[in-house]
Amino acid sequence: MSKHFMLMGVIGITFLITGCSEMGVKAWERDVLAQQEMSLINEPVESSLNDHVYFSKEASSGGQGFGGGGCGCN
Amino acid sequence: MVVKGLEVAVVAVTKTMKKNHELAKVLAAASCALIGSLSTAHAEESWDVDSAFLLYSESDGRVSAAEPVISATKNYDSETRLNVKLVADTLTGASANGATPSDEAQTFTSPSGNGTYTAAVGDQPLDDTFRDTRVALSSNWNAPINRDWAYGVGGYVSKEHDYQSLGVSSSVSRYLNQKNTTLTLGLGAANDTINPEGGVPTGLFQVPESASSSEFAQRDDSESKSIMDAVFGLTQVVNRNTIMQFNYSINTSSGYLTDPYKILSVIDDDSTGNNYGGNYTVNNRNLYLYEKRPDSRLKQSLYWQTKHQFDNNDILDVSYRYMFDDWGITSHTIDAKYRFRFDHQYLEPQLRWYSQSKADFYHRYLDSSAYTEVDFASADYRLGDLDTYTIGLRYGYQFADETEFYTRFSLYHQESSGDDGYGKLTSQELYPGLDAAMLMIGYKF
Repeated sequence: MSKHFMLMGVIGITFLITGCSEMGVKAWERDVLAQQEMSLINEPVESSLNDHVYFSKEASSGGQGFGGGGCGCN
Repeated sequence: MVVKGLEVAVVAVTKTMKKNHELAKVLAAASCALIGSLSTAHAEESWDVDSAFLLYSESDGRVSAAEPVISATKNYDSETRLNVKLVADTLTGASANGATPSDEAQTFTSPSGNGTYTAAVGDQPLDDTFRDTRVALSSNWNAPINRDWAYGVGGYVSKEHDYQSLGVSSSVSRYLNQKNTTLTLGLGAANDTINPEGGVPTGLFQVPESASSSEFAQRDDSESKSIMDAVFGLTQVVNRNTIMQFNYSINTSSGYLTDPYKILSVIDDDSTGNNYGGNYTVNNRNLYLYEKRPDSRLKQSLYWQTKHQFDNNDILDVSYRYMFDDWGITSHTIDAKYRFRFDHQYLEPQLRWYSQSKADFYHRYLDSSAYTEVDFASADYRLGDLDTYTIGLRYGYQFADETEFYTRFSLYHQESSGDDGYGKLTSQELYPGLDAAMLMIGYKF
């Protein structure tokens, strides 16, 4: 089951990368994406405080980064 | 965290670029990004500090927490940075112990075995001996290897009076398609030690009356668990205003995964008796068992995030996570933020919805005719069917010297559900909701 899942993942990612080569911008078009506000985690302190609350209150964690841990709250 | 840091590096070719910057500066910064090394006016060797304070408070006098955090980042250049973060938190209040409410007052042995606490008729049994202080220190280092590769390493240590954790992480990223595509592989490992108040109780064993019982005498002082993480990420620049990320992550935990402070009620399921649906008693004492979870867990998740900036400079940030594990839990999380940007201020409404299905061994209570047959059981509502909602609003003001004040207020609501029991139990509230308010105040300098 998980092998199938891994295989699908590898195939999916290959397709994604192939498709991705069509996307993107030139180096001089990075003005917007270069803004700190456009980084994927632009407020790391807020994200980590939220992750800590959700980690201690729900059965899921991680996804965006590592799965969390380091606390006896769950 | 290293992965997060690297994702930031992908687009952070310059620290701040206001919309009124001249085109020449834009071109200069972008060209520098292309060759993979950049030193802007802001990328001098200075520390950027983000300090914040979170107040968390649950309704009905349950848990409240105060959590100061200080995060300092030294930027050597646009892609080389060192981050050090210190977090402390203090928790006080009462936490649900897992037992069901009852039509009779209930008395529970405290975790240490040296005292008792009670729940009145119909009240949720809450362990009010719950309090803790945690201090955590973490550090991450991110740097390029060459123009196509980058790496990160990190570590953390955290300490509570009954819990210690030590972790390391590392990641490597490969840039493709003129840095429009980034592949990242992150690996993490952690080792946690728990030394519960009163020692490690025996799973699915009756909670003794006091510390003088033989069960207490045979307890170990501590247990441990180890955690391994792997994250495979793909970040893609879609167009000038849009960036997208897909992550697949896998997390394994092994060792002691039980919550030593959680218990379960055993309910009398003899429908011919007059205690049908009431607490089952053994030797004239209500029967409560310590919970017991499997000693391994494999979690996997798929994560998708997209950020888009509109022509008016507002930013939409949307993410979705699907998680599933071998405990039978699946969950969906949708998180959305929209940042209205003004000259020196922003306002950001936030919404989050989370829904999980229960673990296979989750039971709100155990039946008296069958409790000896279970291998694992937990009544921890965090392993049950659960929906949660967060609504929040963040406001920030950016001063001329590029320091920023910000604040965020949010409300968090939980709704649990499950089977309603039988007999006397049906008149009890088995799945109370939970409301919490969070206030964060911070300053970046």
